[in-house]
Amino acid sequence: MSGLLMPKADDATMSRRSDIVTALRTIVPGEGVVDATNAMRVFESDALTAYRQLPLVVVLPQTVAQVSRVLKYCHENNVKVVPRGSGTSLSGGALPLEDAVLLVMSRFNQILEIDYPNRVAVVQPGVTNLGITKAVEHEGFYYAPDPSSQIACSIGGNVAENSGGVHCLKYGLTANNVLGLEMVLITGEVVRLGGKHLDSEGYDLLGLMTGSEGLLGVVTEVTVRILQKPATARALMVGFPTSEQAGKCVADIIAGGVIPGGMEMMDRPAIHAAEDFVHAGYPLDVEALLIIELDGPVVEVDHLIGMVEAIANKNGASTCVISQSEEERMAFWAGRKAAFPAVGRISPDYLCMDGTIPRKELPKVLAGMRELSEKYGLRVANVFHAGDGNLHPLILYDANIPEELHKAEDFGADILRLCVKVGGVLTGEHGVGVEKRELMPEMFNEIDLNQQIRVKCAFDDKHLLNPGKVFPQLHRCAELGRMHVHRGQVPFPEIPRF
Amino acid sequence: MTIFTPKTEDEIVEALQWALSENAPVEVVGQGSKRNLGRPLQTEHTIALSEYSGVTLYEPDELVLSAKAGTPVAELETLLAENGQAFQFEPMDYGPLLGQASGQGTFGGLLATNLCGPRRLKSGSARDHVLGVRVVSGRGELFKSGGRVVKNVTGYDLSKGMANSWGTLGIATEITFKVLPAPETETTLVVRGLADDEAARAMAIAMGSSGEVASAAHLPVNVSGRVIDGDLNGDASTLLRLEGFAPSVNDRAAMLKGLLASAGTIADVSGDTSRKLWQEIRDVIPFADGTEQPVWRVSMVPMEAYKLVASLRMGAAVDAYYDWQGGLVWLRMEGEPEAEAVRALIKKYGGGHATLVRASTSLRAALPVFEPQPAPLAALSKRLKQQFDPSGILNPGRMVAGV
Repeated sequence: MSGLLMPKADDATMSRRSDIVTALRTIVPGEGVVDATNAMRVFESDALTAYRQLPLVVVLPQTVAQVSRVLKYCHENNVKVVPRGSGTSLSGGALPLEDAVLLVMSRFNQILEIDYPNRVAVVQPGVTNLGITKAVEHEGFYYAPDPSSQIACSIGGNVAENSGGVHCLKYGLTANNVLGLEMVLITGEVVRLGGKHLDSEGYDLLGLMTGSEGLLGVVTEVTVRILQKPATARALMVGFPTSEQAGKCVADIIAGGVIPGGMEMMDRPAIHAAEDFVHAGYPLDVEALLIIELDGPVVEVDHLIGMVEAIANKNGASTCVISQSEEERMAFWAGRKAAFPAVGRISPDYLCMDGTIPRKELPKVLAGMRELSEKYGLRVANVFHAGDGNLHPLILYDANIPEELHKAEDFGADILRLCVKVGGVLTGEHGVGVEKRELMPEMFNEIDLNQQIRVKCAFDDKHLLNPGKVFPQLHRCAELGRMHVHRGQVPFPEIPRF
Repeated sequence: MTIFTPKTEDEIVEALQWALSENAPVEVVGQGSKRNLGRPLQTEHTIALSEYSGVTLYEPDELVLSAKAGTPVAELETLLAENGQAFQFEPMDYGPLLGQASGQGTFGGLLATNLCGPRRLKSGSARDHVLGVRVVSGRGELFKSGGRVVKNVTGYDLSKGMANSWGTLGIATEITFKVLPAPETETTLVVRGLADDEAARAMAIAMGSSGEVASAAHLPVNVSGRVIDGDLNGDASTLLRLEGFAPSVNDRAAMLKGLLASAGTIADVSGDTSRKLWQEIRDVIPFADGTEQPVWRVSMVPMEAYKLVASLRMGAAVDAYYDWQGGLVWLRMEGEPEAEAVRALIKKYGGGHATLVRASTSLRAALPVFEPQPAPLAALSKRLKQQFDPSGILNPGRMVAGV
């Protein structure tokens, strides 16, 4: 793997491998424990395929009691555990460790309850994101967050990553659409957070769990809000001579009180790659293209289309096409949705980055990226969730050229540094995982990071759950418990300390 | 007895480091508007953030606002309104219910108590809108989490961790929130004469429709007359609030009237009267009677909550009304708080949690104000507290005795 440093494998664990396999087999009988190298091969990476590692052993539990017993065993025997849903993480969140049990939740694939009057669904974590919508759409309902991997990604993984999607500008992220969780702590204790009711009685542990990347607990049940599908949706395809104009258009739409269901931007390289691939009818003489989708009651959508069209024209749009049919709306999206494979066609490999910036900084960041592109000699295409400032630069490279992956990674890191510099963040929706772990100090100082690790300590004081992810360095909990002494002094040093 | 009123972030850090060095627990307040809510504290010293106040960043085009913790929420709401914007989660004001003036709450208190309002159903609470925080922990260390952008999964979401922590984990010094355009038009449909169970069904139908109902509440007959100057007197009122651009609001109102035609007669309340109505529901004006009669705030599964009220009425005199499609029950007890009965019934009817938001100081000291947690969860919460405040100097016992 490309220079990725993972925690050193624990020799004691490695030498006990056969005992561990035997113990797991007594907990999960039959085919639920996989230890043959060939059979484990399918689990050796997630969607960040640049990194691969065989796990110690794979276990696929089927009941909450089994999950609890597996974790309890691992806790008592100091064995690390990497939880995995469908393995679609783009940041290496489910990358196995040589000395860790890979806990695969895919057999938790049942929808447990659909409750329309209370508008919730209770599902097991291995159910796919789209699977929830499929289960309720005959009644006109859907589950709103829609990460682009929704056909494959599991709802448990969505909780771990706080997944977003095209529609999260209007409908929120996973954190805003999950009402309750059942989870198992590393000790094997089963706890419930929230439920079909709103909010919880104490600390917002649900909020801490969502987006915790499998480091705090293993989710065994998820209660989500389901919503009535909007009556209709229409889209505008708007081209601009400059990205500044497109950015201003986005700001004016939102400032005008319009929150579109989706608002996506593509830059010139992305537009051309997509058009060459799917012939969506995109204009090729523009620097930026917006796809703006409005959803809701028919009269509302008609009203808003008029407002958005006026705002686009005021900002100097050179093309503005309004979808007149469902086919046309889908055609507008076809290019955007195919942007990744389209870029895959024009380059042997690409890295997909995921920073978020204040929207107004877009022109500055795009200009900075052009400079970096020249510096590294690598091309970059941009797709952008414009409404919420979430940028996905695709860095084009060829893994067969020595050092080019390394160069692409450095380029990506520089882009993320630029995002942080203009007031943005390292990751909007893909997670830190192993990919952006080393960049965390760009955004957080040592005190910030230590307080996050202390949260980890409250849940998992032995650091057994998914180590090597998110944090550049996991300090031992006992060390972190010590009093921080500011510049070698504390006030009133004569007072005895706890 | 010392009251610290820090004027800078450094002074907040210093105050806490002093408290640490003295091993002296402190009460943390903004202006003290929610002192009568939660378990009473017995600390010698107070850190009041009322003088650490002011907006530090407001960019209406970017829908983002940052302010210091002591900034009055009312001041922020005025600023937002001047720009046609609002906190979409419409934070309630506990002042009237707790016998205090309205408009006293601060930005820090808003996050620490995770305020919300009737839009909770559709738009969430404070925790759904907070983007970033700067916090001084109980270790006397300043840390930050989150940022100023909407989409951010970089590290744990400690901003949400501060929500509903009642000042027991740290002192948020500066807070960044997402703000949104205020709705252009608002109107409320009023279905008259429904019993509690019929109202629950009607609200479920409305919420499950494509009417995009922003808020749904039910005022039983004896509560209905206590809002908007008695305009709804005489009969129970089930309220459905529609917001947005006028053509859409009108269209959805017509659709919902058709859908609920068989439920009862339907009237309209619109514009400022509608806004006043929902503000009074939000701030529990029907029970803002200047007494200390126990008031519960109960969150349950919407279709189960009316059963709690019906069961309680068999054994005790209670007054109740519902928000959040029926899932939020405001309960005023005519006699004792009946804590055990209330909590047993919540468990019986699908689970949830109850907070004794108003009661005499002695009752709040004697009873668990917040819903007690099962042992493993209580232990986890305690470990979290220890990781933020190992010496237990921040609002000790405010939420749970001994934590």
